[in-house]
Amino acid sequence: MSLHFVEFELNGCQIDGMVEARRTLLDFLRCDVGCTGPHAGCEHGVCGACTVLVEGQAVRSCLMLAVQANGKTVETVEGLSGGPKELHPIQQLFREEFALQCGFCTPGFLMTLVALDRSEPRPNAAEMREALSGHLCRCTGYQGVLRVIDRLTEDRK
Amino acid sequence: MKAAPFDYLEAGSADEAVCLLGEAGSDAAVLAGGQTLMPLLALRMTSPTVLIDINPADDMAGITHTGHGLRIGARTRQADALHDPFVARHLPILGEALGHVGHYQTRARGTVGGSIALGEPAAEQPAVAVALGASIELRSTRGTRQVPAREFYLAPYATARAEDEVVIAIHFPAWPAASRAVFQEVARRRGDFALVGLVMLLDVQDTRVERAGIAWFGMGPTPVAATTAEQALTGATIADIDPRELAQLALAQVEPPEDLHASAHYRRTVAARIFERRFRTLTEKVAA
Ligand code: FES
Ligand code: FES
Repeated sequence: MSLHFVEFELNGCQIDGMVEARRTLLDFLRCDVGCTGPHAGCEHGVCGACTVLVEGQAVRSCLMLAVQANGKTVETVEGLSGGPKELHPIQQLFREEFALQCGFCTPGFLMTLVALDRSEPRPNAAEMREALSGHLCRCTGYQGVLRVIDRLTEDRK
Repeated sequence: MKAAPFDYLEAGSADEAVCLLGEAGSDAAVLAGGQTLMPLLALRMTSPTVLIDINPADDMAGITHTGHGLRIGARTRQADALHDPFVARHLPILGEALGHVGHYQTRARGTVGGSIALGEPAAEQPAVAVALGASIELRSTRGTRQVPAREFYLAPYATARAEDEVVIAIHFPAWPAASRAVFQEVARRRGDFALVGLVMLLDVQDTRVERAGIAWFGMGPTPVAATTAEQALTGATIADIDPRELAQLALAQVEPPEDLHASAHYRRTVAARIFERRFRTLTEKVAA
């Protein structure tokens, strides 16, 4: 069992720590760093609740080792808005469209939509809906999220 | 569940990966995108003592046009291959297949080589490799060799790759730009492995079939090339082919599995329908 030093940028702050090789990025964030925005749903790549951005790309943090994040840029839901009292525009849309119920799956959905919304060329509604297949919502509140997508893509129908 | 402890080694290049795997022996596993290996580790369905991470091996990523076709480095991300202009131009069927591989979030890390090396019988990329007649480049400290995809898959998750070999690249031969292609899969949910899958390529000159490449996936222990149907097609005139008979010929070579998700009878019935329907659409275009 090897131990490794990891250091990466998390939501704009430099963090580091020692990890066992088998520590997933998800567990490192939640248990070692205390960043609990990424949720542990299935821990084997099925549900999407743990989605974070690594180098701007939406990935499942339970399918990545913490040591693999070394030197990278990681973003979680905590880093989306300017502060605890503010909402990112997509979070605001979630609120307006009632796109969450219990909210367990929400950080994952948000990170995927943020990644898509930033990508060039900007994806259309169909492409965004397609990407949601990577997320499960146990409250099955998908319609609200689809309304968010409609509003996000109003300008590129 | 959490993975059992292991040692982690980084391979900064293909050669380094080959050396590390050679030294580590049979207890080591190569970690590429991790979209299959990581769940297997978490569920403790596998517990290697050493993990060799090829993510830092940048020389294993990239798509090049070789003159005979495309060479896709094993560590090329599925998302990158999906948006690659060479793939769009020379291998559109691979692009189409990649759209069905996992999800947006898993394609960002999942690699082409990882899925080729795994040998999941219902996976998309191995079937495309088999249908098109691709070959797999393997390297160990003993040397490099290329194995045709049609000889690579032996049983579920069992391939011709030796323990000390690393999948370096996949070579897809060029097919004429005007080849007609079908990629279809039937799955319960988006991103799932196929219950029934079909890849078909026809190189048709005027109304004569010059070459055919057909493979089934999710229909047996490995992707299965429908060689009898391919032979029947080669040299035949489109108008002389009975799509229903051809579908039966193509199905004669598979023993579809029976499981929780679908019976063998269901798989056979659906496979015959999609084959027939898609073949008709392909060839109607020829007649028009
Ligand atoms: S916790 Fe990572 S996909 Fe479910
Ligand atoms: S809102 Fe409850 S799981 Fe999605």
